[in-house]
Amino acid sequence: MKALIIISILGVVAMMADVLRYKKLLVPIIVTGLFIALATVCMDWNTNIRYFNDMAYFNNYALAFTGAVIFITLLWMFIGQEYFQDSHTKGEHAALILFCLSGAIAMISFSDLTLFFIGLEILSISLYVLAASNKSDLRSNEAGLKYFLMGAFATGFLLFGIALIYGATATFNLQGIHDALAKGAISPLMVKTGVLLILVGLLFKVSAAPFHFWAPDVYEGSPTLVTMFMATVVKTAAFAAFYRLFSTCFISLADTWVPVVAVLSAITMLLGNIMAVFQTSFKRMLAYSSIAHAGYMMMAIATMNKVSAGSIFLYAIAYSIGSLGAFACLHAMSINGDESISGINGLGKRQPKVAIFLSLIMFSLAGIPPVAGFFAKYYLFYGALIGGYTWLVLIAVLSSLIGVYYYFKVIFALFKTNPIADEELPILLPKHYILLILTAIISLGIGLSPAWLQSLIS
Amino acid sequence: MLTLVLIFFPLLAALGTLILPRDNAKMYSFISSLIQLGLTAYAFTLFLTQGVDVLAANYEWVPGLGISLQVGLDGISILLVALTNILIPLIILSSFRNNYSNPSAFYGLILLMQFALIGVFSALDGFLFYVFWELALIPIWFICLMWGGEERIRITLKFFIYTLAGSLLMLLGLIFVYLQTPAPHSFSIEALYQASLTAEMQGYIFWCFFLAFAIKIPVFPFHTWQPDTYTDAPAQGSMLLSGIMLKMGIYGIIRWMLPILPLGIAEWGNCVMILCAISIVYASVIAIYQKDFKRLIAYSSIAHVGLITAGVFSLSIQGLQGSVVQMLAHGINVVGLFFIADIIQRRMKTRQMDSLGGLANNSPLFSILFIIVLLGSVALPLTNGFVGEFLLLLGVYSYNAWLAAICGLTVILGAVYMFRAYQKVMLGEVHERSVEFTGLAKSEKIVLIIIAALIIVCGVFPKPILSIAQPALEEIVLNLQGVN
Repeated sequence: MKALIIISILGVVAMMADVLRYKKLLVPIIVTGLFIALATVCMDWNTNIRYFNDMAYFNNYALAFTGAVIFITLLWMFIGQEYFQDSHTKGEHAALILFCLSGAIAMISFSDLTLFFIGLEILSISLYVLAASNKSDLRSNEAGLKYFLMGAFATGFLLFGIALIYGATATFNLQGIHDALAKGAISPLMVKTGVLLILVGLLFKVSAAPFHFWAPDVYEGSPTLVTMFMATVVKTAAFAAFYRLFSTCFISLADTWVPVVAVLSAITMLLGNIMAVFQTSFKRMLAYSSIAHAGYMMMAIATMNKVSAGSIFLYAIAYSIGSLGAFACLHAMSINGDESISGINGLGKRQPKVAIFLSLIMFSLAGIPPVAGFFAKYYLFYGALIGGYTWLVLIAVLSSLIGVYYYFKVIFALFKTNPIADEELPILLPKHYILLILTAIISLGIGLSPAWLQSLIS
Repeated sequence: MLTLVLIFFPLLAALGTLILPRDNAKMYSFISSLIQLGLTAYAFTLFLTQGVDVLAANYEWVPGLGISLQVGLDGISILLVALTNILIPLIILSSFRNNYSNPSAFYGLILLMQFALIGVFSALDGFLFYVFWELALIPIWFICLMWGGEERIRITLKFFIYTLAGSLLMLLGLIFVYLQTPAPHSFSIEALYQASLTAEMQGYIFWCFFLAFAIKIPVFPFHTWQPDTYTDAPAQGSMLLSGIMLKMGIYGIIRWMLPILPLGIAEWGNCVMILCAISIVYASVIAIYQKDFKRLIAYSSIAHVGLITAGVFSLSIQGLQGSVVQMLAHGINVVGLFFIADIIQRRMKTRQMDSLGGLANNSPLFSILFIIVLLGSVALPLTNGFVGEFLLLLGVYSYNAWLAAICGLTVILGAVYMFRAYQKVMLGEVHERSVEFTGLAKSEKIVLIIIAALIIVCGVFPKPILSIAQPALEEIVLNLQGVN
């Protein structure tokens, strides 16, 4: 809770920066604030406190995810601070990012559907603005509008679902809903429709098929830094909320939604991976890869057993760290304006160390041992196997193989024989370089000792 | 503990080579591989004097999932570790005349490969085995990708996807077996051996495992990645792939498949035997028609390992003995052959046998060493190849006489393509360019002489090798007979 308060205050402080003229101090203030928030998360560990008449419940699950999104934001700040340097819009960007983060934390820690909805909206509305924040770029405007229109629809579905659930159970509280459903004898049609409508809203947020159509365009059109934030922090938070809602609240209705999630998970991972193969733009490829990863994480929600919470956490972190590394490279490329995969042709010859670290990141995303992504996948597959979803695991294995193909396209490009001219190669500034190395090392570290992260919240 | 040192020393050496100045990368890596060879010799003496237990180690890694860092060396694995650690210095030494760009990465990757290979051969935890198995793929893939020939991108992609598909299936099989182990589940080899699997389950898992191993070995019809990859890889890459890496597959069958899946093997062993027989004849016939010397070696390798696999699946003690001996012999011979191909290519700028000829006149020493390696490869008595192939054919004969007759063709066909190659390259009309063929350099002489010596010594005194592997193999065979 303290983390949520600190970050909300930070957002307000950032908004005032322009008026009260302390712009120069903004980045240090934000970084310090985030560190303090992270520290409070660590201090609250194992406390399990419920706040505001059981609106928010900070157990270890919520704390772990809160810590994760703050940590990812801190890593994001390496490059992201540039986004705050813009002379006339400085305060807004920082404030929006921080509000987005506080929305994410509210979504992670809710134990009441109202807080869930409020968190989701704080997150989404900030994101709509952020997506369109590059005002002079047509694609950014398109991304913002598209995201807003589609997002508004999804929110509508979600709200309708919440209303139906409330109508059937007469409570917004997760535990209350769970108890009411367990007792039975309430209009099953209303409840089932409600659950499925909420599911639609959430599937939209995590960009799962068949509600993924916005993702590639929005990811591609938004400024790279916003995409990076969307693909990591927002996705992690959305999955944390997804899992929390369905594991505590609707577990007794598993028959209704589990088959849907399992089948959509298979479709999402196959679709994301197959579409990613055909992309020539690095950014668009990462967008489809993020859809595919959503598919994998949905496996854990479909199986819902004792390892799922831990494995979804591990996967979200492994995926986010890997994506940060890949986006660091992409951001360096976008300075030159060339975001296609062929833009790094022959970079391996010129900067072998960058090539090795980027390859490690790609290994992690593709799920090859001993990097983090492998163990993350392993836990997911293992959980699905003990849950009896052999068919789903087989599809997941198949789609991972497809995934290897396009992640390796990046590595192949690094070592192409006909490199592009020196001056056209992306220039990695120290901040890109540091973030790339940091993410690669963290990925390797998680890969070598995955157990503690996974067991953190199981 | 010593086993862990054997595994992790190459890793440290690899990191060192990557960090230290690149001019001396050759020397650093060579020296570290010699130190590793010394360590292996020490481990070998310990093994001979104090037995298996002294080389075992067991530490926790991921306790929640029953994964541990359990390693150890028995009679089979110590021979393969020895093979690896003898071949790596030779492979590094063989590259002294080549000037690869970015040498620190090149030698670092070779040492990384050594790390993974030793890991594969000494892991006694199924999961650890899988991790090392995958890890071995990455450095060799980079070696092929960064220093390979013209078509490397297409070829390495096929190679990677092919082998990765196999290993993912193996991982699924492993997890399945793991879930059948007595509670609490564990990946340790003892637990996996005790897994209660019905005959039907074993049938499915058999294919999960076998596909992974068959792709790596490779056995017909999973071999299509192999000729391209071997031909296109840099010489040292081909040596690593064929000399050591394919042994991972055969070792995997002996260590993991035979004890865990006896019923699966009883059901599908026949099928594998027939695939092996097809491999042998098919690859040998194709080898006869090859024009590129390196490609010829690649196909001959398929034929040889086909026979080794057949020997393993004959499930007789002779067949298994033969497979172990032949793994060592094939490793040494094929590294020799690829080195010879590299020597010729570096001097003549071609491997096409039609545009070579009469090289024997220029360098008598080279032609003598070439013929020794070649005789080892065609299994002439008193060379290492003979001992292995004889035992293998004996094993296959005890399984089925007709199959043995077909597999025996490898000896005849092998002689045909090998002698034909020798004739075209070394004898016959002196090709105009052959005049420029210069004698062997010092490092080349050392490598080839050591290889030739190993071929003859192992051929004349095969007994020590046989007796080292004997107890471990007998245990496997007894276990198999007990089940059937």
